[in-house]
Amino acid sequence: MTSAEIKQEILDILHDIAPDEDLSGLTDEVNFRDQIELDSMDFLDIVMELRKRHRIQIPEEDYEQLASMQSTVTFLEPLMKDVKV
Amino acid sequence: MYDTIIIGAGMSGLAAGIRLAYFDQRVCILERHTTIGGLNSFYRLRGRDYDVGLHALTNITPKGTKKGPLARLLRQLRMSWDDFQISPQLGSQIAFPGVRLDFNNDMDLLRAEIARVFPGQIDSFENLIEQIVDYDDLDPSHTELSAREQLALLFSEPLLVEMLLCPLMYYGSAREHDMDWGQFSIMFRSIFMEGLGRPHAGVRLILKLLVRKFRTLGGELKLRSGVERIAVENGRVVGVVLEGGQQLEARRVLSSAGWCETMRLCDDGQTVSIPPKDRLELNRQAGRLSFCETIASLDLEPKKLGHTSAITFFNDSPNFDWQQSSTPCDLRSGVICSPNNFDYQLPLSDVTIRITVLASHAYWQSLDEPTYKKEKLRWYDRITESAVRFVSDYRLRVIDTDMFTPKTIVRFTGHDNGAIYGTPEKQLDGITHLENLFICGTDQGFVGIIGSITSGISMANMHCLRD
Repeated sequence: MTSAEIKQEILDILHDIAPDEDLSGLTDEVNFRDQIELDSMDFLDIVMELRKRHRIQIPEEDYEQLASMQSTVTFLEPLMKDVKV
Repeated sequence: MYDTIIIGAGMSGLAAGIRLAYFDQRVCILERHTTIGGLNSFYRLRGRDYDVGLHALTNITPKGTKKGPLARLLRQLRMSWDDFQISPQLGSQIAFPGVRLDFNNDMDLLRAEIARVFPGQIDSFENLIEQIVDYDDLDPSHTELSAREQLALLFSEPLLVEMLLCPLMYYGSAREHDMDWGQFSIMFRSIFMEGLGRPHAGVRLILKLLVRKFRTLGGELKLRSGVERIAVENGRVVGVVLEGGQQLEARRVLSSAGWCETMRLCDDGQTVSIPPKDRLELNRQAGRLSFCETIASLDLEPKKLGHTSAITFFNDSPNFDWQQSSTPCDLRSGVICSPNNFDYQLPLSDVTIRITVLASHAYWQSLDEPTYKKEKLRWYDRITESAVRFVSDYRLRVIDTDMFTPKTIVRFTGHDNGAIYGTPEKQLDGITHLENLFICGTDQGFVGIIGSITSGISMANMHCLRD
């Protein structure tokens, strides 16, 4: 997956987790938490959805990498480079 | 080999099951009874539908609300607000001798009522709201403060303290005489700041939604499958043995059977308290608070009799006693639930009024069958007589009745003493002395339907999904 595809996949996951949120105005550099209503349970779900969809394991100490879209994509790029769309 | 075996197909077990099945675990829910729901269930009797457990859902926030337990629960279960078909209450009340406080899902009504009845206390009430808004339910440091002590610091009018405690204790205090401050704050928010509502079809709608979701995701549900024991080898759970002798292997077990009940199921003979947490006390006391509930079918809507309250919490003296009943039923206080008094688009087909009072488990359990039946009739009348001191007398409109006792609760839930809210000492982190055995449900710490579902979700997230 390219970084653009990873971003799209994260948006898709966020839409699954929080269907009522408007994700169109998300700013990549700003923490998700400051833009949409996500609690720690929802962050766990991002991790779990990545595992469910792509068999990607993210250790607990790396959860903080998922704070914003930018940091998430940067973190996932090496892990998902071989994942097919 | 299952990834997770869940004991009990009540609200918490089903919710946990949905989370695990959704994330592709092999998961099996074992239910001793012939039907799901545990404490919250439903039945049909002489052509009418009845609910057990559910009076109303708490934490009702309007559709589109993103914060709060209901919104979180819906997100976690991948369900939508519309699935639950919730109608808000018409209004509820707290009735003490000569004084009533009305409340509904708009906090301003209770504010106005307190200003009207206790004008000197309204500033303190605003202070209380501020404290509760700021209360962090995931921070355990304040959970065990006494709610009575905290309220006494705020209010100079003891009657108001009693009137605030009565509904919150009835809807969720496992502790006698007092409430943990944490539990008080959670309940205050759930009932007064968010609000009460009910699905048109009652608790069966919620249970059917949960079970359908669980099965669609590939989860297995086995009814009539009581667990005889949890098999332990070298400090780890290896599976369970069913009452019929069948053995099931599992990588972990999540039990909603209750703390004491789960400990008894373990076959490792462990009976003493052990670290890692100093509060991990295996021999904690089972809860002692149980209830009787009368159910009356009427031939007309309670509104026609002038009764419009969804829930009426009553107490017949200025002091509210919350303790194990020393008589078969404690007639001094109770909860009158009118499922018809919610703002439905279409009226319910049946009309019922239910009254819940504290009751003595020891008494009801001790009776032989003929006496038990006779006593149910006798106490049905006494409970109703007590309640109609506070609401319109509906007794001439009754066309059918039923009643449950602490004995019924034990039969359906397996919980010691018929203790609806479980042990007063909760295990908030859900861990036990075994590294792959966890508890969820009432004894983990959250009560009520929204609370139980949240308990199942959070224990599944915390202990069963992270490896």
